[in-house]
Amino acid sequence: MSWELKNDRPIYIQLIEQIHFRIISGEYKSGSKLPSVRDLAAEASVNPNTMQKALSELEHSGLLVTNRTSGRFITEDQSMIQKMKLDLAKEQLENFMEQLKKLGFSDEEVKTFILESVQ
Amino acid sequence: MNPLLECNALSKRYGNVTALSDINLTLERGKIVGLLGPNGSGKTTLIKLINGLLVPSKGQLLINGTAPGTETKKVVSYLPDKTYLNNWMKVKDLLNFFEDFYYNFDKKRAYDMLEKLHINPNDSLKTMSKGTKEKVQLILVMSRNADLYVLDEPIGGVDPASRDYILDTIISNYNENSTVLISTHLIADVENVLDEVIFIQNGRINLQSSVDDIRMKEGKSVDAYFREVYKC
Repeated sequence: MSWELKNDRPIYIQLIEQIHFRIISGEYKSGSKLPSVRDLAAEASVNPNTMQKALSELEHSGLLVTNRTSGRFITEDQSMIQKMKLDLAKEQLENFMEQLKKLGFSDEEVKTFILESVQ
Repeated sequence: MNPLLECNALSKRYGNVTALSDINLTLERGKIVGLLGPNGSGKTTLIKLINGLLVPSKGQLLINGTAPGTETKKVVSYLPDKTYLNNWMKVKDLLNFFEDFYYNFDKKRAYDMLEKLHINPNDSLKTMSKGTKEKVQLILVMSRNADLYVLDEPIGGVDPASRDYILDTIISNYNENSTVLISTHLIADVENVLDEVIFIQNGRINLQSSVDDIRMKEGKSVDAYFREVYKC
């Protein structure tokens, strides 16, 4: 997955979101080591200080764990990753519902849409 | 430790024209800073003062606590807006030239970058396009292990693919002791790599802020914000 950054929102917030996504999708595996700040910054073409800021926030939330001598690791706490996944799904769902409401569809109609698209 | 760059009530006049007026500015180490402003706002004047090519009319400018001179030129790597290199020289001659001149010139790094950008060290400058010449100059400047890199319009004539490579080079050469000051109009291209931006207009500093703070407060990119602030 490549790093896609929009230009109207703070960069570090977008970096956090994309790292979340990479953890959920399994690109960054639970318990594995994260590349260095410098490498990640170069990969995403962002300032190393900005990447550092994003990683610090992720550490603060517990998703990343720092081992002083050997670098940063993705948490081994599966329940935390699972919870993040659910939160993200809820968020997507809310956006989706809001959009369809704006288009004037009722909850019943949306339900039919979903059932149809699942089949 | 002294700040890397400090300007106190710095002013520069050319005859009756005031180019810089009462500038107070501090740059810390370990930052990539964009110097942004419309044409004639004083960007190049500030850069020339940093490099000792101009002397302040009033106020002072200090690099590592020292006024510009021999000592500061050792630690400041400067890319001017116009070339000063001899057209007949070959790239490899230029590398030797820089190696003789600057004790902190890393020739290996320069050769690596030339290879990445497919520039032949045996070519002379006069056979090169405008953009390739710019790349050579930038390689020379970025191959020094300096404290402060001052780049005046470094990517103007360079194609977008090479621009990306050059910005990557700036990021990967980054270390916490050195700072890069970039003056440019191509804000959209550079804003993701900047820590902070300085907006300058009519010889005064309007704003010194981090890129993410501007995006947070204004809900738009620095590029869009610049267009709004300096709308003609």
